[in-house]
Amino acid sequence: MATTSRSAKPLVELEGATVRFCGDSGDGMQLAGTQLTTTSALVGNDVATFPDFPAEIRAPRGTKAGVSGFQIHFSSHDIYTPGDAVDALVAMNPAALVTNLGDLKPGGILLVNRDAFDKKGLEQAGYTTDPLTDGSLNEYSMHAVEMTKLTRTAVEGLGLSVKESDRCRNFFAMGLVFWLYDRPLDPTLRYIDEKFGRRPEMAEANRLALKAGNHYGETIEAINSHYHVPPAKLPPGTYRNIKGNTALAYGLITAARLSNKRLFLGAYPITPASDILHELTKYKHFDVLTFQAEDEIAAATATIGAAFGGEMAVTATSGPGIALKGEAMGLAVMTELPMIIVDVQRGGPSTGLPTKTEQADLLQAMFGRNGECPMPVLAARSPADCFDVAQEAWRIAVRYMTPVILMTDGYIANGSEPWRVPDLSELTPVEVKHPEGTSNGDHFQPYARDKRLARPWAVPGTEGLAHRIGGLEKQDVTGNVSYDPLNHQHMVETRAAKVAGVADDIPLQELDGPDRGDLVVVSWGGPYGACATAVHRAQQRGQAVSHCHLRYLNPFPRNLPEILGRFKHVLIAELNLGQLRKLIRAEYLIDAIGLNKVQGKPFSVAEVDAKIDEILSQGSTD
Amino acid sequence: MSTDTSLPVLTPADFASDQDVRWCPGCGDYSILAQMKKVLAGIGATREKTVFISGIGCSSRFPYYMNTYGVHSIHGRAPAVATGLKSVRPDLSVWVITGDGDALSIGGNHLIHAIRRNLDINIVLFNNRIYGLTKGQYSPTSPLGKVTNSTPMGAIDNPLHPLSIAIGCEGTFVARSIDTNIKHLGYVLGRAAEHRGTAFVEVYQNCNVFNDGAWDYAKARETKADTTIELEHGKPLIFGKNRNKGIRLNGMEPEVVELGKGVKEDDLLFHDEKSSEPSLAYLLSRMRHPEFPEPIGVFRAVERPRYDELINLQVEEAREKKGEGQLEKLFLAGETWSVS
Repeated sequence: MATTSRSAKPLVELEGATVRFCGDSGDGMQLAGTQLTTTSALVGNDVATFPDFPAEIRAPRGTKAGVSGFQIHFSSHDIYTPGDAVDALVAMNPAALVTNLGDLKPGGILLVNRDAFDKKGLEQAGYTTDPLTDGSLNEYSMHAVEMTKLTRTAVEGLGLSVKESDRCRNFFAMGLVFWLYDRPLDPTLRYIDEKFGRRPEMAEANRLALKAGNHYGETIEAINSHYHVPPAKLPPGTYRNIKGNTALAYGLITAARLSNKRLFLGAYPITPASDILHELTKYKHFDVLTFQAEDEIAAATATIGAAFGGEMAVTATSGPGIALKGEAMGLAVMTELPMIIVDVQRGGPSTGLPTKTEQADLLQAMFGRNGECPMPVLAARSPADCFDVAQEAWRIAVRYMTPVILMTDGYIANGSEPWRVPDLSELTPVEVKHPEGTSNGDHFQPYARDKRLARPWAVPGTEGLAHRIGGLEKQDVTGNVSYDPLNHQHMVETRAAKVAGVADDIPLQELDGPDRGDLVVVSWGGPYGACATAVHRAQQRGQAVSHCHLRYLNPFPRNLPEILGRFKHVLIAELNLGQLRKLIRAEYLIDAIGLNKVQGKPFSVAEVDAKIDEILSQGSTD
Repeated sequence: MSTDTSLPVLTPADFASDQDVRWCPGCGDYSILAQMKKVLAGIGATREKTVFISGIGCSSRFPYYMNTYGVHSIHGRAPAVATGLKSVRPDLSVWVITGDGDALSIGGNHLIHAIRRNLDINIVLFNNRIYGLTKGQYSPTSPLGKVTNSTPMGAIDNPLHPLSIAIGCEGTFVARSIDTNIKHLGYVLGRAAEHRGTAFVEVYQNCNVFNDGAWDYAKARETKADTTIELEHGKPLIFGKNRNKGIRLNGMEPEVVELGKGVKEDDLLFHDEKSSEPSLAYLLSRMRHPEFPEPIGVFRAVERPRYDELINLQVEEAREKKGEGQLEKLFLAGETWSVS
């Protein structure tokens, strides 16, 4: 694609760039980031994003607690992470600067809103001197721009209040960044039309602010060049940008369609899973029923009711919600009904870090219930992957008549990436069987099993199949309540064998890299991107490293121990204190090394990279 | 050619499952089970379209004894299970069987939300004022001072009154009956089955092992005419062995008056189960022994939109407005680009 510069200044071509907008939670930084993402995707870049915001909706203005950020990495080649260090940082106030500066590369571009650096602002951020003038920012390419003043001037004459004028500041910042990275304004102009159509004066103000920021870049002498990132070479197809929670919702709708079922979601509002509820409730015309329950427990038990009713039933929550659903999940295991339980993990324990990411629910997903209570556990690795994993979870649930846990995390749920829109012919139907009715009076056996040990999914309303299920132990085959010791042992073992048997239906584990070597990096969930990138780098350096990313956490793929055994070292990178490592050790007696982090943030590539180097350099001195 | 299109009519016995009923001999639950089977047979219910959902407790074993579909779920959660089922399957007749501990203690939250949503389900609360299955602890309906295994010095928490709660949630059908008053119980369960919306029925049920005689005042042949009052729509509230006593409103307060002596029937409170405001029903639910006769019968029976109907109606409306959902359209919503 030929590019024409929209500017008279020199245009420098880059492979990619990482930009972060940060400001008060009311400054519209999420919007700025989203617009830059959409625009970058539309010009053909690969993109990965990382929104990072506080749990408070509006923390006190100008404070560090209220800083909200949105990071986007756009590139002309495949990328898997939102980037480690930032090439350009936009800081709307001193608090945003002080909390984000550490991530800006030396020599990086720093755009600050000069007007926010007043005495109060500096004090709130803990500055004793003004960093814009005290020389402390000399190592950066810093531009202090009077964004507030320039925005007000730009929208003058529209009759807006000062407060309304200042609300356009994020569009000014966007305009400037768009100029800096040679991005077209059209998608954002279209967005403004759509979003502010009912308030023409606000629409016009935002347009003017956007253009003012853009012109500012072109005009101001201090900024003497700008950058172009050519399109990435993605596989052919139609693409759109998609967030993890959206992709998950689409995956659920698709799975329902593919199995010819209505979709029922039982949910209770909880960060960061609520968007799944918001998203699904928009699609009632796909025969989607959403039930906002009185609590997490009701959300889960209503889901059991809907599953008993013969439909595709899902409940979505985060870690604290899973804790509350534990009892219902036990009932789902006991009644052997198919359903999906989504856990969008966040920092814990307890309320923990609601808006931050973590992977510390794995053992809860595996074992957080009374009794021997196994369930298949799957994890999505990226925003777009949520679409596929949702369908896979449902396929396993109905094939084995079992609840399935689908894990994502805050990072995947809110992050976004380009998604190649599938052709409908690429989607695999999900086969669901219900026993047919009978009037011949034969006694129905609700716990008779097929070769996968799945019991029949007999749906109320079907003649001759009336039966009772419940939480008390059941006699195998008949489903009658049974306290018989040997039957209980048999049933516990049968439920375990059924879930273990899922391994027969899932693909063998694949490796990214050679099938043997010095080190294999094992990951699950969100760290996929950082690990894949770090391993690729190590491979380019000539290190004998491969990447093993797990989608299936229970059961593990059959060949996993064999694969891991072919490497001298096994490194497991996860955002907890070593939960997968515990499972791998317990299961296979493999003494894996852990790379663990619990800071509410995803891994950076550099962190994984450094750990790989550390292990391999120790290895060479053995 | 003639075809017999009449449906086979089921008898009460057809609704019995093949499982042995394991309640204690003499338990009030037996009578409720028997009446339920009769009522179902009477209204022409089918086994396959009827579902019993329960929580935990003695009463919650009920579904196992019915040859219908059933879920014996977890403690307190039956209304929520029923909500999920009824939402996706409005065609089914869904009954929730619960007890005073199950419904009002651990499941209080689900109960009030089910009632306020007005799903078309029937909730039957077996109130024995005790925890039976866990062997005799006080329940949320046990009276103050009640000595039990967990309250050796007497209960110190004020009891809940199931019907006051149901009416507080603006329940559309609220009724009470007594396990041994089988004719009345059958009538009330039948009315509940007929009602479209959440039908909430409290049944005074005797636990002869852990709380024997808790309702004797309302059940004993010699006292019941004076300690209970049968509600009839449009009729004055009259009670007593000689039908010579009535309830009159004195301002906002009910009072017991004797008929004659200047008090006419027309001076009495007339029952109106269809009153759109729940105030009268609430007032009746507050009438407690021994100050007042306790009302039995239908306190309230009004119509209001039902959750299960509305949730499915929204799907229909969305379809009419947006057309049947198309995956291609969904996937391609918003900004897209092509890579060749």
